[in-house]
Amino acid sequence: MVSIFTAGLCIGLGAIGPAIGEGLALANAMRALAQQPDKTNTITRTLFVGMALIESTAIYCFVVSMILIFANPFWNHFQQGGA
Amino acid sequence: MEISPDNIIIWQWGFIVLNATILYTWLVMAILVLGSWWVTRHLSVEPQMSPWQNGLEIIVNTINTQIRGAAQQDPSKFLPLVGTLFLFIALANILTIFPVYESPAGSLSTTAALALWVFVAVPWFGIRNSGLKGYLKHFIQPSPFMLPFQIISEISRTISLAVRLFGNVMSTSLLVAILLSIVPLFFPAVMRIFGVLVGVIQAYVFAILTLVYIASGMQAQKQTQQHQENG
Repeated sequence: MVSIFTAGLCIGLGAIGPAIGEGLALANAMRALAQQPDKTNTITRTLFVGMALIESTAIYCFVVSMILIFANPFWNHFQQGGA
Repeated sequence: MEISPDNIIIWQWGFIVLNATILYTWLVMAILVLGSWWVTRHLSVEPQMSPWQNGLEIIVNTINTQIRGAAQQDPSKFLPLVGTLFLFIALANILTIFPVYESPAGSLSTTAALALWVFVAVPWFGIRNSGLKGYLKHFIQPSPFMLPFQIISEISRTISLAVRLFGNVMSTSLLVAILLSIVPLFFPAVMRIFGVLVGVIQAYVFAILTLVYIASGMQAQKQTQQHQENG
């Protein structure tokens, strides 16, 4: 019960930061694209790599919440404590 | 519901376990090896070439162009490692459009193995480029106080490479599995196609990040040499 609650909290809070960061990155990339359309290839490539780097923090939160739900390391401990 | 294809056991004999990850990794390897062997069997330099050869040349050429653009160096020495990583991950994720198949990149074991290759490849290329002493020198580059941080960053980026690929692929397959139990008809197919797109982007990102890490391991050394020559 606590782990489900914590998993929801983890992914919810963890999505805020990367969302803001990706929005800023995309907005700046759009601005750069509008100013220098010749550099589209370089900007897009760097944008993809940067987006993936930013998004990895959200992915970490997701993995942690999945671990909390499906593969809780303290599962056996709790079951023994309950029984 | 399975969180990882490691848990799907197909065949077991004593302590030898053949799980879905190993089986589908072999499948992807077989497709790549047999496909390239079959295409490169009759190579021709005339304009009347087979469409398969044309397609393969387009793929290799595109990877070469991307490497040259990202690393600003001759792509031939990076092509074997980076191209193989990209092709393997991309094919492993594209094949998820077939039923039953589970992407081996959705298992942390596979992605950790790939990331360990990158972990080994960065010093390998760095040492081959500038010698053991020159490579080790970049660890203490701005000042010796940076040594722990450099070591931590080497390890943490390996973990982040592995977990990023695993998280992206696993999240899509898990999402499809959950959606199948809620809206079984149409929406999971759309998410599957979206998952293929995400998988190919992640393959691209994995390859480019590998390239960036290797190139930065080599370039840090080059800047040091220039700095010493100037100063």
